Amino acid sequence: MAAILDAFRRRSPQAVDQFGAPGRGKSTAISAVTIAIILGGWWIVTQLELIRPLFLPSPEMVIAKFNKIACTEFYFEKLLTAIGIMDEVSAVCHGFSEHTLHEHILWSLYRVFGSFFLAVVTAVPIGIAMGMSRLARGVFDPPIEFYRPIPPLAYLPLTIIWFGIGESGKLFLIFLACFAPVAINARAGVRSVSIEQIHAAYSMGATRNQVLRHVVIKAALPEILTGMRVAIAFGWTTLVAAEMVAAKAGIGVMVLNAARFLATDIVFLGIVVIGAVAFVFDLIMRKIERTLVPWKGKV
Amino acid sequence: MNAIISLDHVGMEFPAVDGVGTVMALEDVNLDFRENEFVVALGASGCGKTTLLNVIAGFLSPTSGQVLHKGMPVGGPGRDRGVVFQKHALLPWLDVVENTEFGLKLQGVAARDRRTRARENLALVGLSEFERYPIYQLSGGMQQRVGLARALTCDPDMLLMDEPLGALDAFTRENMQELILDVWRKTRKVVFFITHSVEEALFMATRLIVMSPRPGRITHQYDLEFYERYFESGDARTVKSSSDFIRIREEVLSIIYGEEVGE
Ligand SMILES: Nc1ncnc2c1ncn2[C@@H]1O[C@H](COP(=O)(O)OP(=O)(O)OP(=O)(O)O)[C@@H](O)[C@H]1O
Ligand SMILES: [Mg+2]
Repeated sequence: MAAILDAFRRRSPQAVDQFGAPGRGKSTAISAVTIAIILGGWWIVTQLELIRPLFLPSPEMVIAKFNKIACTEFYFEKLLTAIGIMDEVSAVCHGFSEHTLHEHILWSLYRVFGSFFLAVVTAVPIGIAMGMSRLARGVFDPPIEFYRPIPPLAYLPLTIIWFGIGESGKLFLIFLACFAPVAINARAGVRSVSIEQIHAAYSMGATRNQVLRHVVIKAALPEILTGMRVAIAFGWTTLVAAEMVAAKAGIGVMVLNAARFLATDIVFLGIVVIGAVAFVFDLIMRKIERTLVPWKGKV
Repeated sequence: MNAIISLDHVGMEFPAVDGVGTVMALEDVNLDFRENEFVVALGASGCGKTTLLNVIAGFLSPTSGQVLHKGMPVGGPGRDRGVVFQKHALLPWLDVVENTEFGLKLQGVAARDRRTRARENLALVGLSEFERYPIYQLSGGMQQRVGLARALTCDPDMLLMDEPLGALDAFTRENMQELILDVWRKTRKVVFFITHSVEEALFMATRLIVMSPRPGRITHQYDLEFYERYFESGDARTVKSSSDFIRIREEVLSIIYGEEVGE
């Protein structure tokens, strides 16, 4: 308790500077307390049985479901037999909707990251071209700005008609969600290059290509990374919609099927898993940002 | 003596902001930059100094007349004319020495050679100890020194500087004036230097040009040698407070004010 209070009281060296930019300093300790309060509140409410488990399952129920669907016991015993402590595996592995949790997760990761990857390799060049050339901007601006605000659920039927109910339609749906933010940020990044930087390069004898390679793309990198962060979040948002259509496995499928059986604990589990995976990826992206563009916001 | 750069009846017309008619930013400017010259341009805001520099650098092509480099028309920016900007315009993803050698990298000079030449120029501006610093951790004065070293490393015939000291505090500014003069004495590049400070202009120039606005023209020229006195004595303040310095300072000031009032 004292340690928590101390974490609140102690301020980082930047925070001592009272008149610095507002909101500086670390907020990790405070976030930890917020999370603890949410989890604690959840646990207390369910322990006191204030809400029926159908509406709000207890943390224990969710953890138990996790162990069941992830086949924790099964894999643990398998590990023990492999190193010779146990003779044979007695636990059985059921999973949910005919797949274990990690299969669901891998399918969803494949869809989200596959689409994300396709979106990045196409949207970055197109966004940069839009920033650099009047022609590219004229061509790509209308379609991107038109489809961007449309919710993916609205054009989901179209993707089924065009692509059928296979994987490609799902990838396309998530791809569209990821594409616009990357393209728009790459374009804005190109715009953030200062005319002096470009002039300086030309007066040191740079060719147009060198200006593009050594100045424009580098200067656009911080915003491209921001676009990627936004895009991957959009990707997760669209995942469930994509998996609504005849998917066999995936976290979205798991949640949708569980909802049909009113298995609220599995719905919770699915939500937590999506949140956790998205959060971990965001942490990785922030780390990449810090190492790749340490100058961001400093010039 | 032959001119390194010469401006031959240069005029620059911009479309006016309201879309009707044009603004004459420069009209019939004739100017020669000869070897070893340190030419300083002075004039009220909006009289076309930056436009003139941009035309010389090749960022703008004049609407009439032409710019000649050793007799050949200039078609665009090039390595023979180095530029130091008011806002440093360094590349923040490169550190000090990488910024300094950037021009040589563009030319495909081998890594070791370009590092050696970059280091020579960093030493010239007194930044040897900072070669591995990221740009955003340097003070404004140091950033301008990197900008100068970067321009020098391309070994141009001429250096163009648009208010390079405008954003600095008075103390750093005076130190930078001396540093730039010292560098100029060692390298003997032709310099075209824009400033708003009459004192700075008189102190540094071998030739001062005073411009007046609408249309932008050169109205007065002075040949000066206050810098010589600084080189002899090493004492900038004494030069700047001598009676003939003050007299000519007031004279130039009254020209500039007179033009502003006379509009
Ligand atoms: N790209 C442009 N388009 C239209 N008008 C311009 C452009 N650039 C400059 N001008 C006009 O040309 C004139 C000269 O501008 P310039 O920037 O050369 O002045 P300056 O002497 O450098 O001023 P300052 O001392 O404030 O920097 C101004 O009237 C300005 O409005
Ligand atoms: Mg100017």
